[in-house]
Amino acid sequence: MKKKYDIIIVGAGHAGCEAAYASSMLGSNVLLITSNMETIAKMSCNPAMGGVAKGQLIREIDAIGGMSGIITDSASIQFRMLNLSKGPAMWSPRSQCDRMKFSWNWRLALEKCTNLDFWQDNVIGFSIVDNSFYVKTTLGLSFEGKSLILTTGTFLNGIIHIGNVKIGGGRASESSSKGITECLSSFGFIYGRMKTGTPPRVDGRTINYSILEEQKGDDGYSGFSFWSKNKPLINKSSCFITYTNEDVHSIIESGFKESPLFNGSIRGIGPRYCPSIEDKVNRFADKNRHQIFIEPEGEDTIEVYINGFSSSLPENIQYKALKKIKGFENVKMFRPGYAIEYDYFDPTQLFASLETKLIPNLYFAGQINGTTGYEEAACQGLIAGINAHNKINNKNPLILSRQDAYIGVLIDDLVNKGTNEPYRMFTSRAEFRILLRQDNADQRLCKIGRDIGLLSQEKYEIYKNKLKRIEELIWFVNKEKPDLATLNDFLQKLNSNKLTEKTTIYRILSRPEVSFNSFINNFEGYKDYFKNFEKDEIEEAEIMIKYSKYIEKERELAEKIISLDYIPIKEGTDFSKINSLSSESREKLNKIKPATIGQASRISGVSPADVSVLLVHFGR
Amino acid sequence: MNNTIVALATPVGVGAIGVIRLSGSEAINIVQKIFSKKITDKPSHTLHFGKITGLDGKVIDEVVLSIFKAPKSYTGENVIEISCHGSPFIQQKIIELILKNGARLAKPGEFTLRAFLNRKLDLAQAEAVADLIAADSEASHNLAIQQMKGVFSDKIKNLRQSLIDFASLIELELDFGEEDVEFANRKELLLLIEEIEKVVNGLKISFSTGNVLKKGVATVLAGKPNAGKSTVLNALLNEERAIVSNIAGTTRDSIEETINVNGVLFRFIDTAGIRTSTNEIEDIGIGKTFENIKKADLILYVFDAKISNLKNITDEINSLKTEKKIIAVANKIDLCDIKKVKIELKKLGYDVVYISAKNKEIKELTEKLEKFAAQLNNQSTTLINNVRHYEALVKTSESLKDITNGINSTISTDLLALDIRKALFHLSEITGEISTEDLLDNIFSRFCIGK
Repeated sequence: MKKKYDIIIVGAGHAGCEAAYASSMLGSNVLLITSNMETIAKMSCNPAMGGVAKGQLIREIDAIGGMSGIITDSASIQFRMLNLSKGPAMWSPRSQCDRMKFSWNWRLALEKCTNLDFWQDNVIGFSIVDNSFYVKTTLGLSFEGKSLILTTGTFLNGIIHIGNVKIGGGRASESSSKGITECLSSFGFIYGRMKTGTPPRVDGRTINYSILEEQKGDDGYSGFSFWSKNKPLINKSSCFITYTNEDVHSIIESGFKESPLFNGSIRGIGPRYCPSIEDKVNRFADKNRHQIFIEPEGEDTIEVYINGFSSSLPENIQYKALKKIKGFENVKMFRPGYAIEYDYFDPTQLFASLETKLIPNLYFAGQINGTTGYEEAACQGLIAGINAHNKINNKNPLILSRQDAYIGVLIDDLVNKGTNEPYRMFTSRAEFRILLRQDNADQRLCKIGRDIGLLSQEKYEIYKNKLKRIEELIWFVNKEKPDLATLNDFLQKLNSNKLTEKTTIYRILSRPEVSFNSFINNFEGYKDYFKNFEKDEIEEAEIMIKYSKYIEKERELAEKIISLDYIPIKEGTDFSKINSLSSESREKLNKIKPATIGQASRISGVSPADVSVLLVHFGR
Repeated sequence: MNNTIVALATPVGVGAIGVIRLSGSEAINIVQKIFSKKITDKPSHTLHFGKITGLDGKVIDEVVLSIFKAPKSYTGENVIEISCHGSPFIQQKIIELILKNGARLAKPGEFTLRAFLNRKLDLAQAEAVADLIAADSEASHNLAIQQMKGVFSDKIKNLRQSLIDFASLIELELDFGEEDVEFANRKELLLLIEEIEKVVNGLKISFSTGNVLKKGVATVLAGKPNAGKSTVLNALLNEERAIVSNIAGTTRDSIEETINVNGVLFRFIDTAGIRTSTNEIEDIGIGKTFENIKKADLILYVFDAKISNLKNITDEINSLKTEKKIIAVANKIDLCDIKKVKIELKKLGYDVVYISAKNKEIKELTEKLEKFAAQLNNQSTTLINNVRHYEALVKTSESLKDITNGINSTISTDLLALDIRKALFHLSEITGEISTEDLLDNIFSRFCIGK
């Protein structure tokens, strides 16, 4: 057994996998330690990737050269573009995935990384000697690494709750991880307790789908990855929608006294926006029904996932309540829902590179930082992997800004504001939502991915070629003026105002009621030209044309707001010596150690007046 | 930052008194070294009469000291104000003495910068102080005082809060709403925007009034060559001391003449031009005069009462092509039958005053100006008078219009959210909740050295 590595990664969930892939592909010798080789990249909760704001994260990972998008596409059984009625900044891709295939395909992808080794074992702690990490395992081994990335998910001192039953575990039927929290705590790290939950899985054959609302996938999309083009996804499965009712609610209520959530057994803080069914019934007593979304667990399996019914009530209550749901009258349950409590570490103990402030070359990514979600974890893993590699090779860390990427927003929020509930990405967390669209993630990040060396030259050429073609398309519609009579016929059909003189296609496409596709379909003369372009190229050009005014507006605003990010704060500044700052912000600033005034302005407790004071001190 | 600074707080030049201000932890100790009585044990907010003695042992001046102890002072530090006699020589001597005893000269704006850093002022208040210093008449002074009290900041803050509440509903809709569900009622939104627009527009309009108060009423004397415009102006200038109390040092521009009526400054634009116009410019409608009328807040149309008739005057005033406030000044009433003229001009649609500038009988005109000044003062409730605030209001206004248009043309909610965020940003610019480097530079460089 080889014992010495550049980078050691503990945990092979979504964060650990991206970290392992990125750092080993960049050239580091990497060891990935997982307690179970069969559950690499396991989807612990629902079998879907993406969704509002999360889909954007996957597209960003893909543009930098990460794997989550490619794996998702390879395991996709249904693709949807959410929020099409809300404008391009809200369009969000989501894929239902085959749970087993997703996990398996990730493992195969990692197995192709020649610099990456695997080891199945439990890590119980580490020591540091001469700037090297010595990682200790249950089997009594010790591995040496220059750098250590912890992606421990829900495993640190994990406790599973089902009614009054408490089981130590990191996931159903997997044991928890002991020792790491205590080890970090002895180094001075501050930790807390969080809670999350998952719903029951049931036998799909026992659900009466014929009386439920079916939700099919959207056709014509090629999925998440910019690099799976020309391979349109096939929608193999459907989701179904049903609702709880008052009968369900009264059974749930009858179980309140045995609920670990209400009887004080669970102390960790759960996500407010993803409440358990008992929490929903309790908090929204006036609502007589809640939506239930039935997701297939895979292409072939009969198991299905009951989204919206997360619960830690006793198994028999869960089952009784399920049977009262429309379509579930004869349901058989495979696994009950459960809640899980685990340790996390206050993320303000990290730099924006995800390196800890206390120990150089130690990185945290994923739920250990208080986040929730596969996508949130994956993007942190990617950044931690890149930065661990960069640091030991004396390169600058990759720090994405808030106007570059949702990833930048996420990390900036975490390290400056911290979080006291599981942190999930929302589009409203981004100030520059209209710039951070899923469609332009490649324009925002491919260059960065290529410069780091993670995105291959081949993929970069694909991107550059696409960009060139979009530019040509825009150039063409900007010079071309269609025949006036044909144009007015077309406009009339769309109830759009007629024109008195010829104008460019660009101007016509600026009208909200005129879509690019309807234009192409109505002008025979241009069909030959436009058919040379891909669907996503036309779509991208259309967004750039239609929303140019807004994109410009947002860019202006972004420039103004981020101007503070260009003013550095001297390293090693002792903020307690700046008397004019409020005492709260002095303390916060000393803890966070912001690198710029912009970063300081986003720390909670630092008021605008404090920012002005910092400006006076550091502005010149 | 912790050293003690000193500067002359009153304008340079001969006056009744001059005030020298020190601020810093050592202010009291430094002054103690040169002052005849013990002050280090005296409480804050007390006055002390005594002598300042030079290094050679000779008394430089008899002065009154005001002691303000930290943090209850303008800057939040120990502050001493020395009221001495208004001789530049004496002032210079005292400051030199203080410098020798360990203080240093204040940089422009440094007193206010310190006040700001010690949380004595927010940004809007700091800007108001700059205006206070620039203000040279009573009304403008009131305006600056009002703004310092935070009335203006409060109003904007309230507006901003209601918009934030609304923006959160929109965000909720975007991130949590199922497709096509609206949390934020668009009709209520329109009403709210309308309400905000009203207040913003009110503030925008008050900018013009505020500006007039700060800069003075731009007044143009118009009229035919022999109407006696320059005589009228001279009469006003001579009369000034009789109608106002404080006038010192109000002249800002060599080509402008100013008078102060009831605390409002009247500025006669390009009076040189008006004075020399008698022989050359027959046609009042040409060039310079029109330009001046465009800039004017008030026009005094002077005519010769003896040779004028209703139709001529109406035509002449119409030829000025302006909607600005006009006062028709019937001059040379000593040379005509005043009753006849009054009957003739009764139908003129403007205020008419009857004067004889040559005989200094201009009471009617000065009364009219006083009335005009009083009106201006009354209009100044909550005002804005700062160009930066004004620009931010204009931009807020634009964003509000975009929001309204957006709702009416049912644009997608993410775009609507952008316009709301933009409006919020500009409102924050006014209250200083978003500070930028430019802004601070701009503010503090406007202070003169004493503040």
